[in-house]
Order: sequence, then structure tokens, then C-alpha cells
Amino acid sequence: MKLSDVLEMVARTDPGLLRSRNEDAVFADAALGVAILADGMGGYNAGEVASGMACTLLAANFARFAPMCNEQIDDDDPAFMARHLASEVTLANRAIFQAAQGEPRYAGMGTTLVLAWFHDNQVGVAHVGDSRFYRLRQNDFELLTKDHSVLQEQIDSGMLTPEEARYAEHRNLVTRALGVDPEVDVEIHVHDVQAGDLLLLCSDGLSEMVEDEGIRQTLQTLGGNLELAAEELVHLANDNGGRDNISLILVRVLGDYAAPRGWAQRLRAVMK
Amino acid sequence: MAKLILSMDGLVLKEIPLGKKRLSIGRKPQNDIQIDNLAISGEHAAIVTVLDDAFLEDLNSTNGTLVNGQPVKKHILRHNDIIELGKYRLKFMIDEAEPRSGADQPLTIATKASEMELVPRGGSTTRSQSGVTSEPQGTGVAAAVVQLVSGPLAGKELPLTKTLTTLGKPGQQVAVIARRPNGYFITHVEGNAFPLLNGQTLDAQAHVLGDHDLIEIAGIRMEFLLKP
Repeated sequence: MKLSDVLEMVARTDPGLLRSRNEDAVFADAALGVAILADGMGGYNAGEVASGMACTLLAANFARFAPMCNEQIDDDDPAFMARHLASEVTLANRAIFQAAQGEPRYAGMGTTLVLAWFHDNQVGVAHVGDSRFYRLRQNDFELLTKDHSVLQEQIDSGMLTPEEARYAEHRNLVTRALGVDPEVDVEIHVHDVQAGDLLLLCSDGLSEMVEDEGIRQTLQTLGGNLELAAEELVHLANDNGGRDNISLILVRVLGDYAAPRGWAQRLRAVMK
Repeated sequence: MAKLILSMDGLVLKEIPLGKKRLSIGRKPQNDIQIDNLAISGEHAAIVTVLDDAFLEDLNSTNGTLVNGQPVKKHILRHNDIIELGKYRLKFMIDEAEPRSGADQPLTIATKASEMELVPRGGSTTRSQSGVTSEPQGTGVAAAVVQLVSGPLAGKELPLTKTLTTLGKPGQQVAVIARRPNGYFITHVEGNAFPLLNGQTLDAQAHVLGDHDLIEIAGIRMEFLLKP
């Protein structure tokens, strides 16, 4: 079984209408089963450096690691995906932090991150900041990440209702980012995956400009053509003002991708 | 374009482009930059951009506005000025026209870029390169319908009220009409055959629709009509 046979991925990034630079970075590789999206911030081109580093470092490390996982996995360790994701994100954080420390013009740079790793009929999602992960399953469109933002904290603490939050200005002050501290608090969840699922990773340039309902309708209407759906979402964000860089990755799950079991697991399965 | 980097305690919170002529800063929600902190006055300061110059003005705030450590009432902002309001810092920066090459790239990353499918930044859609539009136009586009010309339901009108309206037979041939601020666009979605527009086969790109255009999808002919 090859992952590239059961996963279809499309990535888009667009500067939007107001920004002169694109500080987002995306990486998607169906054969690896990895999709990465980062939204950088900082002066000069430091935002681009931070998001670019996050994408490249994580992509390179997964390129080494992921193929080994598909050869053989260890059933005895259910937390294996989460643990691996955490260690990769920690490494990337340290590298960006060190670059920021060592180079005055990168001081204070940081980036959000949302990373999806498809493995063994599951998807492990790591996120930091306000980049998001959505899932469309049949008619259910669900946000599976929770923003690490001041606004979300205000909603959680009851200071703002979600309705008020919609109209709040400067809504996305992030409370966590990659590269700003030697340690990062990364949130990780592992979700089951079903054939037919359509998954979306996006930067706030999309989720701030297009309401969830608009995204859902677009995915439902154009889900048969991921390229077109991705393009339409970028258009929608730009039609609504395009105030920030817009990035997204769409992933469609076409079938089952259980990892091959080693001899010990096969034996155990036979004995059951 | 110039921009501001908002930070607190060394943590970058937000990057704000100076896109507007007058940018207000304060605690009240109607400000362009709202800082919800009691040390910030309701209407604390404003930045007015005139041609290439940006002027910072303190709006008689309770706790004052500092630039590079000095209290100011009015100040012409220069590159790398640090504006302080309470515990918040805004760094004023003028974007360089050209991204610097070579030395500016992080050299510490040891990766084989050629092996990666990094999507080129920008450039993926032609539309984004067509320049900056001043204001979003909202729903300023005229109403339109698609009227069936052939088939058992000939004469029936399908109003194009949604952002996306799909036409055709799923599994066979589907096209979509997108309603945008600048008009209606038809695009092929799925199926081996592509829709016909005024007798011409469409390619994979979006095509703008004009009044009385004839569309044929999955053997059904229809007419696009604007309703002024």
C-alpha cells in the first residue's frame, strides 16, 4: 500500500491583497503523508524565515522518519504518534529560537504551525497558534483545533461570546508561537480517519476572511476537484478583503492506510 | 508598505500593515488597533500616513506614548522606531522594496530543497497578481439566473443567489458558477466532458459569463441572464 494512492493533497498560498510579502509557508507530500502549514511573524523578512524554517525542518525530518514507520510499527505504544510529533516540533522550535537569538534582525521572530501526519488510519495533528485544522466528514464540518489566541482565551473565560468575538478587532493575537521561547507548548491530538474525509489546514488569512459556513459550502460543492476548491477558497478570502496572507492545504482520504504489522503483531493477531 | 509589529514582553503578537490613512490605537473596540488593557486609554494614539511619511500623535492619553523611550505628543516615525504604550510595544518598520537575497537566508538549515515540493509563494493564482483593489465590494454584483432552454423543464429559471451554484449531473458532468464581486464565473468541476459556452468547449480555467451566454452541460442547454 502506498500512501500516495490513498491520499490526495493540494496546497495553495497567496499573499492576499494588502500584504507586500507572503510570510506563510506550506508543504504537502502525499507519499510521506505529511502536510505542514506555518504563518510567520516578525520584522524585515523574519516572518518568512521563521515559517520557512518550520516547514523545511519538519519536512526534512519527516522525510527521513515517516518511511520507516510505514515498514513496521509497534502496536504496544499507542502514544507513539503523539510522542514523535512532540519531539519533532520541539526540535524545530529550538532551531528557530536559536536562529532568532543568533541574528539580531531575526530577534523576536516566530511562527504558528499546524502539522498533520497521516499514519496507520489515523492523523496526528500538532498545532501552535491560530492556524487551524478542519474536517469535513459527510455533512459535518468541524474545527478540530482550538486557537492559541487572546481572543479564544477571552471566549473560554466568558469575557466574550463567540458572536461578540466575530466583530472584535485584532482578533488574532497569538498566545503561543514557534521560535519565541526555548520551550514550546505544542498541542497534539490523534484523530481516526475514514475514507471520504476531507481535511483542511489553513492560516488565519482564510479563517478570518471566510466564515466556516462559507468554507464548508465550498468544500461540499467542489470537493470533487481539490484544485478548484483550493483556488475558490483563496478567491473567496480575497473577495472579502484579502487582508492577510492566505494559505491552505486540502487532503482527501481515498481509502484505508493501515500500517503493515511486524511478525510479532501478526502472530498476536492470529492468536486472538 | 510600512508596518507595525505589536509585541509585549518580547513576544510578537501581531503584525499590522499601515494600509489606512489614519490608524487609531486604543482600548475601545472601534480602534483599528485595539489593545484591551487598562493602561491604554480608550483613544490613545493615532498614526496618520501622508505620502511616504507616517506621523504618530498621542491623543492626550492618560499614561502617554513613548517613542524610543521619550514621551511624545507628535512625532514623525522613522524606520525601527519603538513606540511604547503601557507594556505594549509597537515597532515601526518600512518594508524593503526588494527581498534581500543570499546572505539573508538562514544558512543553518541543512536540507535538500530539491527533494521537497514546497509550493511557490504567491503566483499560484493569476488573480492575486492583478494588483490591489481598494475596498471589498461586498455583494455589489447584479442578480442573475440561469434559464433552461432544452429538456423537460425548459423555461425554468434557477436563481444564482449562492456564492457557488453547481450545474449538471454528479458522476457525469458538473460545472459550477461562482458569484464574485466582479461578476459570474463558470468552471468545470468533474466529468470527462467539459461544458460548452456559446458552442465553444471550456478549458479548466474559470470563464466570465456575459448576459445571454449559452451554456451546455451534460446535454442540457441553458442561458445565463442578468436581472438588473
